[in-house]
Amino acid sequence: MSDTLITFSNVSRFYGEVLGINNVSLSIPPGITSLVGPNGSGKTTLMNLMTGLIRPTQGEITVLGIPPDHPERLCRLVGYCAQFDAFPKGFTGYDFVYSFLRMYGWSDVECDHRTRTSLQQVGLMDAAHRPVAAYSKGMRQRVKLAQATSHDPQIVILDEPLNGLDPLARSEAIALFSEWGKQGRHVIVSSHILHEVDRISDQVILLSHGYVVAEGQIHSVRDEVKEQPMQILVQCDRPNLLASRLFQQGHIMEAKVNPDGKGLLLRTRDADAFYLLLNRVVLEVGLEVESVSPADDDVNSVYQYLIGAEGHTV
Amino acid sequence: MNDAGTNPTVTAPANVIPMPPRTVPAASPWARQIGGVLRIELRKTFLSKRGWWIYFLALGPVFLTVIHWLFEMRRGAGHHSMGEDSVIFAGLFMFYYLRAGIFFGCMGIFSNLFRGEMLEKTLHYYFLTPMRREMLVAGKYLAGLIVAVVLFVGSAEISFFLIGKHFGAAWTDYVFHGPGMHQLGAYALVATLACIGYGSVFLMCGIFFKNPMVPAAIVWVWENLNPFLPTVLKKISVIFYLKNLCPVEVPVPPPFNVMVIEADPSPFWVAVPGLLLLSLIFLVYSGVSARNTEINYGE
Repeated sequence: MSDTLITFSNVSRFYGEVLGINNVSLSIPPGITSLVGPNGSGKTTLMNLMTGLIRPTQGEITVLGIPPDHPERLCRLVGYCAQFDAFPKGFTGYDFVYSFLRMYGWSDVECDHRTRTSLQQVGLMDAAHRPVAAYSKGMRQRVKLAQATSHDPQIVILDEPLNGLDPLARSEAIALFSEWGKQGRHVIVSSHILHEVDRISDQVILLSHGYVVAEGQIHSVRDEVKEQPMQILVQCDRPNLLASRLFQQGHIMEAKVNPDGKGLLLRTRDADAFYLLLNRVVLEVGLEVESVSPADDDVNSVYQYLIGAEGHTV
Repeated sequence: MNDAGTNPTVTAPANVIPMPPRTVPAASPWARQIGGVLRIELRKTFLSKRGWWIYFLALGPVFLTVIHWLFEMRRGAGHHSMGEDSVIFAGLFMFYYLRAGIFFGCMGIFSNLFRGEMLEKTLHYYFLTPMRREMLVAGKYLAGLIVAVVLFVGSAEISFFLIGKHFGAAWTDYVFHGPGMHQLGAYALVATLACIGYGSVFLMCGIFFKNPMVPAAIVWVWENLNPFLPTVLKKISVIFYLKNLCPVEVPVPPPFNVMVIEADPSPFWVAVPGLLLLSLIFLVYSGVSARNTEINYGE
C-alpha cells in the first residue's frame, strides 16, 4: 500500500454478465495520466472504481493508501469531474459549487472564497449567478470542472473533460491540467482527443474491452510495440541520397521522400541500427541533418497499433 | 507538491488562476455537513414544480374547510354542533390525512430523496463529498421531514381552525380554553409521527427499489386493511399506533363496522417510542445500505 500511488490489484468489475474491467493491476504515480481506449473499454469504470462510486467485483484498490469505500477520507483528496451532464434543478453556477462545498464542513466564508476562486479559474465568474440550465455545453463542462476541483484535491479525475469546449477553453483547460500535474497532483484524464492528451500526458493507460493493453510513459509503450516498425522523420538536405543508402539495409521497411525534397519518412524494424547508419552517412558524405524525430511515438499511433481504428485489440 | 497554504500561487500560466491555498478543515464538522445537505434539499424540495401534487394533497383539506366555513357563514348558525364538526375533522384527519395525504405526500417527498437523484443523475455529487453516507441519509431525511411536517402538520392545524370558525367566539373559546388545544396538539403529534414513520419507510424504499411505487402500493393496501385484520397483524402497522393517539374516535359506518376487529389500544408510552424506534431502525438500515449503494444511472 503506497501513500503516493493509486493502486489496483487484480481488480475486476462486472455489471451482471457484462464485463467492465478484468483483472486490472496498475500503479498510477503523480503527474498526468491519460486513460485512452474506445467506448466501452473500461475508462469510466476505472474512474468510478477509484472514486468509490462503484465497488470492484474482486480485487483491491487503494488511493494514496485509502480504500475507496471510505468517502469521508477519500473525497477530501479526490475531485472527480464525471461524464454526466446533469445538475441539481434551479441552481446557478455559484449555488452549484457553493452548495456542495458546504458538505465539506467548511464555513460560509471559506466556501464562498473557494467557490469564487474555482469559478474564476474556469472563467465563469461573469456567469456565476445565471442558472446552470441556461449555460452552453462548454459552460456546463467548465462549471463541473470548477465543482470537482473547488476543494483543491490532490487527485483530479476528469472523464472526457474537453468535451464541448471551444478551442480557447480547451487550451486553457489543458494548461490548467498541465499546471496541476507540475504541482505534483495526480491528474487522470480520459479523452478521445488523442493529440491533445498526448501533449500533456506523463503516462498513458491504454484500455480495450476491459483489459489494460499497455501502460507507462508513452515512449516506453511505443518501444514495447516491437511488431510495428518505428516511423522516423529525418529533415536533411539530400533525402534521396540517404534513402538510397538506407535501402541497402535489411531492417528498413519503407522510405518516402517528402514532396518538398527536404525530408524523408522511413519505417524501420531496428531504430538503433538506423541511428548508427545515419551517423555513418553523415560522416561519409557530409549530409546536413536538420532534425531527426520519431513520427509515431505518440498516443495516437500507439492507440492505432495496439487497439486499432475500430477499437479492436490488435 | 504544493503544501498546505505555503505556495498557493505557483507559476501558473498567464491564463490560469492559481488554485486556492490548501487548508484542512476542522475535524468532523458533521453539523455543518448536515446543514449543507439541508440547504440543498430544502431548496430543491420546497416550491419545486415537480412536487405540485404534494402541495395539492396538503392544501386540499384547507380548501375544503375554507369552503365549509364560507358556506356555513352564509347558511347561519344552528344546523350542527361544534361536537359534530369536531368528529368531522377527526374523520378528515383519520381517512384523509393519515391514509392518503400524509401517506402519499411522504411517498413523494421521501422516496425521491435518493431515487429522484438517481433519475436526475445527480446523486454522484453527494457521494463525492467527504460525508459519511449515514450522515447523508440523516441530512436528507431531516430535510424531507421538515418539508412534510410544515406541509401536513401546518395543513391539519389550519384545517382544524377553519372547520369551526363559523362558530365565531364559541369556537375560539373551545380551542383556547376548552379541549380544542389538547386536540390540536394531539393532531399535530400524530401528523408529525406519521411523517416520521412513513418518511423512514419511503426513504428506505427509495434506496432499495428502482420503482418505489410498488412497495408503496403494498404498504398502502396493508395500512388500509388494518381495521379488518386480526389483532396480531393489526399491530404491525403505523396506522394502528397513530389511530390510538388520535383525540377523537371516529365511528366506523355500517356495513364496515361489522367487519372491524377491535384490538386493545396501545398506551401512549408504547405507541410513541415504539413508532420512533421502528423509524430509527429503518433509518439505520437505510444508512448502512447507502454506504454500499453504487452509482448506476442505467447507462
